[in-house]
Formats: sequence, C-alpha cells, structure tokens
Amino acid sequence: MDSFQQTIFKLKNYWSERGAIVTEPYDAQVGAGTMSPETFLRVLGPKPYRVAYVQPSRRPADGRYGENPARLYKHQQLQVILKPSPDDVIDQYLASLEAIGIDLKQHDIKFEEDNWESPTLGAWGIGWQVMLDGLEITQFTYFQQCGGIDLDLVPAELTYGLERLTAFLQGKDSVFDIEWTPGVKYADVRLADEVQNSVYNFEMAGIDALWQLFAVNESEAQRLIALWPDYKDKQRFPTLAVYDHVLSCSNLFNLLDSRGAISVTERVGVIARVRKLAVAVAHIWHQQQGEVAA
Amino acid sequence: MSLSFLLEIGTEEIPDWMIVSALNQLRDHFQSMLDGQGLGGQVAWADGTPRRLALRADGLADRQADSEDLVTGPAKSAGTGAAAGFARKMGVSADALSVTTTAKGEYFSFTKRTAGKSARDILSAQLPGLILGIQWPKAMYWVGGKTGPRFIRPIRWLVALLGDAVVPFEIAGVKSGSLTRGHRILGSGSIPVTIESYRDALQANGVILRASERREKIEVERAALLDQTGLRVHPDPDLLEKLVYITEFPTPITGVFDEQFLELPSEVLVTVMRHHQNYFSVEDAEGKLAPRFVAVMNTNADPEGLVRHGNERVLRARFNDARFFWTVDQQKRLEDRVPDLANVTFQAKLGSYLAKTERNVAVVRELAAKLDTDSGPVERAARLLKADLPTEMVKEFPELQGIVGGLYAKAQGEPEEVWRAIYDHYKPASMEDSIPSSASGRLVALADKIDTLRGCFSVGLMPTGSKDPFALRRAAQGVVRILVEGKLDLPLSKLTAGDAALHEFLLDRIRYYFREVRGFAYDEVNAVIASGAENLPDIEARLLALKSVRPTANFEPLAASFKRIQNILRQASHQGAGAVDEALIEPGPERVLYDEFKRVSAAAGTSEYLPGLEAIASLRPAVDSFFDKVLVNAPDARVRANRLNLLHGILTEFSTIADFSEIVTQ
Repeated sequence: MDSFQQTIFKLKNYWSERGAIVTEPYDAQVGAGTMSPETFLRVLGPKPYRVAYVQPSRRPADGRYGENPARLYKHQQLQVILKPSPDDVIDQYLASLEAIGIDLKQHDIKFEEDNWESPTLGAWGIGWQVMLDGLEITQFTYFQQCGGIDLDLVPAELTYGLERLTAFLQGKDSVFDIEWTPGVKYADVRLADEVQNSVYNFEMAGIDALWQLFAVNESEAQRLIALWPDYKDKQRFPTLAVYDHVLSCSNLFNLLDSRGAISVTERVGVIARVRKLAVAVAHIWHQQQGEVAA
Repeated sequence: MSLSFLLEIGTEEIPDWMIVSALNQLRDHFQSMLDGQGLGGQVAWADGTPRRLALRADGLADRQADSEDLVTGPAKSAGTGAAAGFARKMGVSADALSVTTTAKGEYFSFTKRTAGKSARDILSAQLPGLILGIQWPKAMYWVGGKTGPRFIRPIRWLVALLGDAVVPFEIAGVKSGSLTRGHRILGSGSIPVTIESYRDALQANGVILRASERREKIEVERAALLDQTGLRVHPDPDLLEKLVYITEFPTPITGVFDEQFLELPSEVLVTVMRHHQNYFSVEDAEGKLAPRFVAVMNTNADPEGLVRHGNERVLRARFNDARFFWTVDQQKRLEDRVPDLANVTFQAKLGSYLAKTERNVAVVRELAAKLDTDSGPVERAARLLKADLPTEMVKEFPELQGIVGGLYAKAQGEPEEVWRAIYDHYKPASMEDSIPSSASGRLVALADKIDTLRGCFSVGLMPTGSKDPFALRRAAQGVVRILVEGKLDLPLSKLTAGDAALHEFLLDRIRYYFREVRGFAYDEVNAVIASGAENLPDIEARLLALKSVRPTANFEPLAASFKRIQNILRQASHQGAGAVDEALIEPGPERVLYDEFKRVSAAAGTSEYLPGLEAIASLRPAVDSFFDKVLVNAPDARVRANRLNLLHGILTEFSTIADFSEIVTQ
C-alpha cells in the first residue's frame, strides 16, 4: 500500500514523463488549483503548455473542525493542465490511475456529465466527474473560456482529489486515518489546521477587518489595472502581482462568506467585483502574450 | 445495385440524457438526406451508447439516376446566329440542338443530360454537415479554437461504410474509416468491422449497442440479484433510462448498508441513493425501505467484490453526513429559523424569503376566508413553509426542500395538518406528480404558487419563449391542477387580483390543461371557457357534460344553428334589449320554437349540466323548422324585432354552459 506522499510522487512522475512541467504549489491562498496562475493565466493565448502541481486549496465553508471524515477546510488537489488536450487524453488519464495501483479491470469507472463554471473567474468548461466505484475521484474539464476570453487551444484540466483518492486506495473511511508516510497519519500533519482554521473562519474572524482587507486588495488591484493602458514597457507590467491581489480578494470573499457576513443579495455583487478584476487581469496577460508572439 | 450503409460517430462520453434526442435527429436528418438526394433506402436503426452514435440504412442506390432537362432557347425565327449563341451557352455545337414546338411557336432547345452522382460522393459531401448539424443543449469546441467544429464532446473516431467501402470524409482532423473501438476497459481500442459484423464485433468487445438490450440486461439481472430475498427494486424508470445511457455494458450489483441508518427518514436515504449515487433503492413486499441497494456498473463483473465494497463505503459516508445534518438541524427549531429567512433572497425585486413568508401567510388567510375554512393550521404551515431553506440538510440536498421542512415539523411536534402541508407544498412537481393529499396541503401549496405568480408578474418577470427561470408555467399548472382536482371553489379573478396579464397566463394554462392533459377537444374547451372561466371545477363539469352530449344526433346541427343565430344578430346589429312579445308570435314554427324555448329554459335551468345540455339539444327540430319556414327579416319591423329578440333570448339563455358557436361543426 502506497502512502499519501508516494501516491503523489507517482502521479507527479507519471505526468512528468508525459512532458508536464512539475511545479510546487502556488504560494498564495487559493480556493482551487484552477486559480493558480499556472492554470488561470497559462491557459490563455496560443502557446502550448503542460503543467502538473499539487495545490492546497482552501474552502472555508467546508471546514468541519476536523470532525467530518470526508470534509476539509483545506484539501489538496493534483492539478494537471494539458494544453492543447491530446486526442488520447482519457486513455492517458486512465493509465495514470493504473500507475497508482488501481486495476481498472477490478473496478467500475464512469464519466458523468459535470460542467464546470467559476463566476468569480469568468471561466467555464465542459466535462465530467469521474466516478470510481461510486466515488468522485477526479474533475475533468475542457476549458472553453477563462477570464471571459475564449480559449485558442482548448486545454484539458484534470483535478484529482488527493485525499479521497488515497483514502480509497488505502481503504480508509476517514481521510484523517490516511497514512501520510509510514507511521504518520494525515491527522498528525493536518488536524490542527482543520480545527484552528474552522474556529477562526466560523467563530473569530473579524468581519470588519476582512472587509477592510478586501477593500485594500481590491483598490490596489484597481489602481494598477488603471495604469496598464498607458504603461510603456508592456512586458514589465506587473500582471502577476495584480493577480495576487485578486486572489486575496477571492480568498477574503470565501472567508466572509463562511463567516455568514455576506447576505445572498450581496453575494452576487461581491462575486461581480472579483470577476471584474480577474477578467481585467486575464485580458492584460493575454495582450502581453500576444505581444511576445508578435 | 442496392447497398447498405453504416455510420458510427465515436466520441468521448456523451451525457446520458442527450443521447436519445441526438439519435432521433441523426435518423431523421439522414433519412431526409437520402430522400432529398434521390438515393432511396431506409434507415434500419439508429442506436447508441455514451461513446457512440450509430446508424444503419439499407437499400441505397449506388448512384443517383441520370437526369435530363429540356432547356428552351431562342425562337426558331431568331435565326442561326441566335442558335449558335444558345449552343455556345450550352457548351455544344449548333447541330446538337433540336427544335421544340410550344403553344407560342417553335424554339431551339437542348436536352441537357446530367449524370447522377455516386452515393459515395454524396455521402462524403453530406455527412460532415449532417453530423455537426445535430443540435445539443450545450456544445463544446476542442480543436481550432472558437471557430472549430462544435459537438457535445470531442469526436475521436468515425466509421462510415457503404457496402464494403469506406465513405471518406473528415471532421476535426478525424478521418472516417472502418475501425471502431470497444469498451474502455473490456474491449480493444481498434477493431476492424464490416456492416454485417459491426454489432457482434462490439458485443465481443464489451459494448452492447442496443439500448433495449442494455435495459433488459439491467432489469433481468437486478431482479435475479434479489431472487429469494423477498425484496424488490423500487421502480424508477427515469433512473433506469439514465443507467441505460451511461453504460456500454451494464451489470447490476447489490450492496447493503447498516440498518441503523433506517432511523433516518426514507426520503433522505432514497434521495442520497437516487440522486447522488444513481442507486436503485430496495423495498420489501409492503414497500418498506430495506437496508440494501442496487448499483449498476459499466463493466461485466465484480469478481473480488471491490466495486460493491467501494460503493458501500461511499454510501456509508453519505449517510453519515445526512445523519450529521439531521442532528445538527434539530438543534434549532423551524420556528426559530423563520427570522433567518431575511438573509435568503427569493428574488431581488421581491425581497427575501421572510417577505415571501409574510405574503404567503396573508394569501393563505385570504383563501381560507373565501373557502370559509379554519385558517389556524394553514397559517401555521405557511409561516414555517420555507424555514427549512437555511438547514444543512436542504443546503446539501436542495431537491428535498419542503420535504425536509415537513419532516422537521413532524419531529418538532407540529400536528399532521401542519407538517403534511409543508411536506407537500411543492406538489405537483410535474404533470405526473399528484397534488397535495390533504386539504390544508392544497391550500398552502396554492397560496405559495399564487404569491409567486402575483409577485413575478407584478415586477415584470413573465416567462418568454423558452425562458422561464422562475418556473412560472409549472407554478401556474400547479394552480390549475390543485383548483380542478382539489375541487376548490375559488374565483379565478380573485386569485389574479386584477392582473390582466396573469389572468391571461392562467387562462392559457387552463386551456392547456384541459386540452393536453385531459384530452378535451380544443373547440369544446373554447366553448366552455367562452361561457365563463371563473370557477375551475365548474369548467370541468361543463366540459364533461359537453363531451358526452356532443356525439348525440341533435348536438352538432344545433351548434351550427347557434352560429347562424349569432350571425343573424350580428348582421342586424341587434342589441337584445327587448323582451319577446307573445302577441306578435305567429302560429306555426315560430310558436313552436317559442314554446320549446320556454319548456327547455325550465329544463336547462337545473344545476345538472348534462340534462341541461340534453334539453338544449332537443331544441334542434324546432330551430330547424323555424329557419326553414320563417323569415326572420319580416317586412313588419315590430315582428322582425320580436323575432330577433326571440333568437337573442335563445342564444343568451342557452350559452351559460358553453358557447355553442365555438363548436367546430362538420
């Protein structure tokens, strides 16, 4: 039986052998692997790209103080982007499952329709949730649009839910019982995060402070975005730094949401504010890429 | 020579619910193309799985017939110069022309022969457009960016055979050929096929092409799994169809769950199994849920029991979640959750669910007063109606809203009249669904829908075309069904509260209901509604009477006479002010009609519609004879006016059940 980290090594290695750049997680707080610039920005434009990385992803509302065997505030996704998508992408994906020890002849695998949409990122795609013996193990998406921009090269995005997949492989009912490495359980490494962040998110987060942080990040992003049209040396424009502020806004929004500080009516408006920034960043990046190509 | 044709569009997994429609389109478009191109032949079948749409046609000609067109040129009198010009245009020498005699004289002409194209060339040219012409609810592009071809999922291979030969064409870089692919796990990735070997080759590679065979396999095998257990699968035709079209080789297995979960409401357990896991639930002979399920794999066997084990594990986690939600939710009573609805938006312009709750309570009170029933329990139900929206259970299983509220109300000691009304208040959810089973349930469900309709119409959110984001058609249909089937005497104009657009919208749904759901003829529905549409159970009673009197001998001729009466009155611009003056009535047919009118008036005045209509129909001989023998347009103005008054009296007196002039007669 492979440990959690061995399974991750095998998947990274598998995609490395298929030409993917393997990076470490993006060093900002994100809600999903898709939000890393390695996905959000790299899928734009005409340049082929292949990348795989593990992204710890924060979903404040999903926190359960470490008491629910399957729900986590912060889970880890293995994110794979294949741009453009190869013709045999599903075969490659299935072989990756074989590579981590799943004998597909002994199991039941189904592709169930599940289209993906992120209103905050102005992004959507067509795809499936991949079900293994009734368990959703992967989200498979053909991106169609990102940051409001139609994609030139349609990428396939594979998002493996690593905790679930490993719990399945190790036959554990609770993700906290997963063996991270021999002698060390998932709970030993991550339980404190779950408990403490749940306490913070649900009970102690300062709503006013979070709104102020949101406003500061939003206005800094807006200020920079406003400078772009007249900025002379386009290649030096700090798009990635702007994007970090957008990611902060997105994370703060999720925190405020889990804290119950955003009414359903307000919600739509705040999402639109974040999307506006994300779309602006995507357009700037896209133009920068276009200039490189030209 | 007659040829067969086989097409297989190989794709990545198509969503189950789109496959049947795609196959129907493929079959229809292909047949029209054969007919339009004059290739003959018939589509023999179209069938598919998530990974392939296939079609076979037989009896195709190998080429179109040659065609001859007679092209008429200049008049013969125009001379040889004109003839030469015409010949040049036709691409022949002048001696190839002939002369055709028409009514206008003699003309140069040329018989142009066009060789028919080969079936292969036609299919090559037509198939790409035909395939990409299939309409999907949400298509994607995958090569060539936004300008590339669009389909539901990427096309990965194409088989196109006419007889033994490949019909060459290309879509999105995929060239047609004679190689198919088997099941992802059970089959080979490259299988040469002929038209005759196609289905068997697939079968040998783990693909059952025919949906009917997959369906039968599931049905037979799932029954066998429960043989000797005294249990049966709870019938679920929709889930069965989903599983038929989500698999290429379906094999049912059965699993169990811990009996302790049976403490949870069966609605919750069934929803988890049905909507989240695609499992059939299993019940005993009395219909009581058993701690088992039937899952359908997309493979041939589970030799080690790993699939069963995996599915049981997933279900256990799901049920544990549900139990957690149930326990957590019980910590706050529904009553105490009502204020929280202020934070849940119903619709931006219509405010929160708290505002809606307050309106619902008011509407319930209004309706209860009109029906003269006790408003206590229904007001209570209306108050708690939406309080399950902020619960964890509903957040997790939105399809259980209402049902969860009802179950929680029951657990929290609300009387049955109250909790059942909450439980049922989204009913009827569809045309097939029943209306709420209790009187209080019907009243509350009606009030909720009426408030939604009034509210949305008041802020201009009417459905347009296929767009109906607030499901107002369904709400209106629910209103109509609850009023009719619940026999509620609530005047339509009171429900619509003076909103003309809403009134018309509901009338439309009333017509739709009686025509499409109840099967009444459209003219019968029009006739009855023209005589009044305030009371829906009354519309139903009048329609039933009309339908049963319609086939009788006197009815349609009488309806025709009524139309004639209406025309006469209209032409005479008759206002119908005066009463009939008996002294002016002539003996004979006019007198007979007048006496009959009085006799029938008395008989038709009963509250029973059928005898009333039968009595009206019995007027026919008197009416016929009147029109035969009596001149309405009498020279004496007083007599004429009196006759018009008589006719007008008949028309108005006998149009209260149905307006017969709306009946379309033979």
